[in-house]
Amino acid sequence: MACEGLAEMRIPLAYSWRNLLTRRLTTFLTAGGMALVVFVFASIMMLSNGLEKTLVETGSDQNVIITRKGADSEMQSGVDRNQALIIETQPELASGQDGAPLVTRELVVPIGLIKRGTSKPSNVIIRGISQQSLLMRPQIRILEGRLPRQGSAEIIVGNSIARRFSGVGRGEQLRFALRDWQVVGIFDAGATGFSSEVWGDCDQIMQAFRRPLYSSLTFRLRDSVDFPSLKERLESEPRLTVEVRRETTYYRDQSEAMATFIRILGISLTGIFSLGAMIGALITMYASVANRVAEIGTLRALGFQRLSILLAFLAEALLLGLAGGISGIVLASFMQFITISTMNWQTFSELAFSFSLTLAIVIQSLVFALAMGLIGGAIPAVQASRLKIVDALRA
Amino acid sequence: MFILKLLTRNAFRHKLRALLTITGIAIAILSFGLLRTVVSAWYAGAHASSGNRLISRNAISLVFSLPVSYKDRIRQVEGVKNVSYANWFGGVYITEKNFFPSFAIEPATYLGMYPEFILSDSQTSDFIRDRKGCVAGRKLAERHGWKVGDSVTLKGTIFPGSWEFNLRGIYQGKKQTTDEGQFFFHWNYLNETLRKNTPRRADQTGIFLIEVKHANLSSQVAQAIDGLFKNSLAETLTETEKAFQLTFISMTEAIVVAIRIVSYVVIVIIMAVAANTMAMTARERFGEYAILKSMGFGWFHIAGMIFGESVLLALLGCALGIGLTFPVAAAFAAQLDQFFPVFLIERSTLWLDLFLSLLVGLVAGLFPAWRAVRIRIADGLRRIG
Amino acid sequence: MSNPLVSIRHLVKSYRRGNQSVPVLEDISLDIAEGEFLVLMGPSGSGKSTLLNLIAGIDTADSGSITIHDVDLSLLSDSALAAWRASHIGFVFQFYNLIPVLTAFENVELPLLLTSMSRHQRREHVETALAVVGLTDRMEHRPSELSGGQQQRVAIARAIVSDPSILVADEPTGDLDRVSAEEILNLLEQLNREFGKTIIMVTHDPRAAKRARRLLHLEKGVLVL
Ligand SMILES: Nc1ncnc2c1ncn2[C@@H]1O[C@H](COP(=O)(O)OP(=O)(O)OP(=O)(O)O)[C@@H](O)[C@H]1O
Ligand SMILES: [Mg+2]
Repeated sequence: MACEGLAEMRIPLAYSWRNLLTRRLTTFLTAGGMALVVFVFASIMMLSNGLEKTLVETGSDQNVIITRKGADSEMQSGVDRNQALIIETQPELASGQDGAPLVTRELVVPIGLIKRGTSKPSNVIIRGISQQSLLMRPQIRILEGRLPRQGSAEIIVGNSIARRFSGVGRGEQLRFALRDWQVVGIFDAGATGFSSEVWGDCDQIMQAFRRPLYSSLTFRLRDSVDFPSLKERLESEPRLTVEVRRETTYYRDQSEAMATFIRILGISLTGIFSLGAMIGALITMYASVANRVAEIGTLRALGFQRLSILLAFLAEALLLGLAGGISGIVLASFMQFITISTMNWQTFSELAFSFSLTLAIVIQSLVFALAMGLIGGAIPAVQASRLKIVDALRA
Repeated sequence: MFILKLLTRNAFRHKLRALLTITGIAIAILSFGLLRTVVSAWYAGAHASSGNRLISRNAISLVFSLPVSYKDRIRQVEGVKNVSYANWFGGVYITEKNFFPSFAIEPATYLGMYPEFILSDSQTSDFIRDRKGCVAGRKLAERHGWKVGDSVTLKGTIFPGSWEFNLRGIYQGKKQTTDEGQFFFHWNYLNETLRKNTPRRADQTGIFLIEVKHANLSSQVAQAIDGLFKNSLAETLTETEKAFQLTFISMTEAIVVAIRIVSYVVIVIIMAVAANTMAMTARERFGEYAILKSMGFGWFHIAGMIFGESVLLALLGCALGIGLTFPVAAAFAAQLDQFFPVFLIERSTLWLDLFLSLLVGLVAGLFPAWRAVRIRIADGLRRIG
Repeated sequence: MSNPLVSIRHLVKSYRRGNQSVPVLEDISLDIAEGEFLVLMGPSGSGKSTLLNLIAGIDTADSGSITIHDVDLSLLSDSALAAWRASHIGFVFQFYNLIPVLTAFENVELPLLLTSMSRHQRREHVETALAVVGLTDRMEHRPSELSGGQQQRVAIARAIVSDPSILVADEPTGDLDRVSAEEILNLLEQLNREFGKTIIMVTHDPRAAKRARRLLHLEKGVLVL
């Protein structure tokens, strides 16, 4: 009976919206607090995403990297010439246009360079490369100048190093390992770790540093599915003491500690901060209810259901969260212009990466903001809907 | 006293709102305190270093070693009191998760240079006598349940293989800020093995530790040492222990800066929350302010009431926050002693807490007070209805 | 005549204050016919508002029954009661109780949101209701931009817009000057006469009471004549 009015009509959204607008200062402060939390949340997500992107893009799934067994990174690894020869003659290796296998022996050493605007050295990776190195990493482009000539003390510098360190411009000379090295080019490696490296001829660098061993061997697979069997075979080969990893796996391992650190720091920070913002929303919504008790009574007297009142106040809280979320994301999107460079503990050298915003992060941040609004608004909204009409009207 | 009573009554007129605001401020003060403590833990190594100690390393980078034979030439430099050397070993215990700083050292000279590591005489001589002996910090030994006499096996990441040691001593820190999480063993043991397996890497060391006769001589001695090896295959870079530690920190500076910024963001967030509370409170009381004004109270009375109330709330939150910081930091330290061997709340952090909460209180009261002071009596009275 | 529109039997209501209960209405029985203009008077605290609230279905009695349009209100659930109010009762309060953030038009439109009317139909109804109270030119104003009398007229428009059969008014002129009060009373009289609305009004104002076709006195929770 009396069902005709049960069609659950809702109080218009404009009601919630205008109530927020009327108390501009309070709304601004509450949404502002939430915006800052969302900003921190989004920034940290963008940072760990940027780091991930950098390291994942550095490697290719087709490429396999060989290091000494037990070595965490190329820096600690060593592969000698005999071992290299064994690996280079495996049938699974792809070959280039000239028929030679696509494989490169590389040496990696860190040197201290002075960052612009500081006087303290930071570690930068010098990579000794061979002719094949560029073929195997198609993401690399020469921006300025040319490649180093084989057999000469010439180097090229990643653009991220060129930007942030002094004395590494084209035409300048860099002194390390008792020799002067001529910078003949700047290369761009996109958002990869290579952008933070200096490259030169492998043999020259080995001589200069008096290193008899290569750090790593990288080769292209003819067919990606051969990987498990090849890994099995090489790792059990008694003449070799090596670890066989896909390049992508290798670079992911490299950043694990840093990524975990950023994630843990980020989760705990946003966790604590969101508590603060939710308390802000709670205070605002409580006051919003308290100031409008008579209004709530009137709406109920007119025939609006408890649910409609609940929804109207939840809508208000969600709008608050949405406003905070959108402003937070807009703020965070400016972070994309910033590049962070810090030492990667695992490789002991500089790594530059940027904040990278994705649709997924935007959605997650919005959901996060709405959740903050919802949690902050839930109790007051329930309270509003539970008011007794007569009591509310007397207020 | 009457004033305080009035302020407290006013502040708690909306009990729930007051409690929520205080909780918010307490959370902010708590997280600010923790973040600052994280930052100071980052610098703990540098702060604990002695001005009398220099460190010499390969000028190219720390990954390169120096010939151990340099030792005798360094000792002859004017102003040098003592020389020792150490090699970063980078071992892990059972799995990668159990990572801690481990060094191959020359035992007698090294321990002599680090009086902050307290080791009993008998343990010291046991350690020196046993070629495969090792010494661990108190916290490290506790974490893994090691007792003196136990045998400990580490896996080398830089020097491959399994390395077996006998725990001959457990050192304690002289001060609270001493790192009790390190692991030391004989450089000779490492070197003998390297001689057998990879002679190329033998007779090398990562760093030399140099004790100078007087801190004033540091820069002079450092220059003299670097001059000795200029243009040799392995040039040295000598600096004070503190500068050496700071190089590490400066490389991760971006993270420290980020934590610093974020610790102030939380204060701004809570400022917004507190300002919101005060804005609402004042809005509800405009009528009362108008009545007070009509009775002849001046603007400073009204502003004083608003500021007094917001500062009171902020200080209560601050007290609660500081009270929480200690137990939470202790729990944190227990969880993270692997990363932050020293995790102590500095006194300056507490002063800063107090200062910032005062600031939050004042900023929160600013706008409402301005509006309340400006409101015309007639307008204010109309709002009562 | 057929059944009365409102039929109240042995109505009892008391309030709890602390742990003692304060009787407010004691055994009220009353019939109200369709099209009546009933005025309730009585000293402050005698229970007039309480009785009105019970009739309007925004409060529940301890015992006894209220039957309106052959529906026993005590049998309705909370949400069924809300729906019933929306279609049968129009409210006029002493303090107007308009929603401050909505314009006059939107305030009047509110009850129509509970019906299935189209936007266009709603607009027509609202305009008609505002025309009845003579405020067509103030549609886009917010309550704070209207005088007390105007606000009360908006409230009346809101009360009649969904065409309920009963209007309840609790001291509708209590907060108005004499001229505005006269206007409001004329309006109510017109609604009763021309549109056949049943009106139940509580008032302290003897001049308002003169408009009544039937006058009841409530004293200490009991009807007296
Ligand atoms: N929610 C409540 N809780 C407790 N007592 C109440 C409540 N509502 C009303 N009363 C009491 O019930 C009695 C009747 O109240 P009611 O509001 O019906 O009086 P009234 O006749 O409308 O008076 P007035 O002319 O002043 O409006 C009063 O004594 C009042 O104190
Ligand atoms: Mg009354």
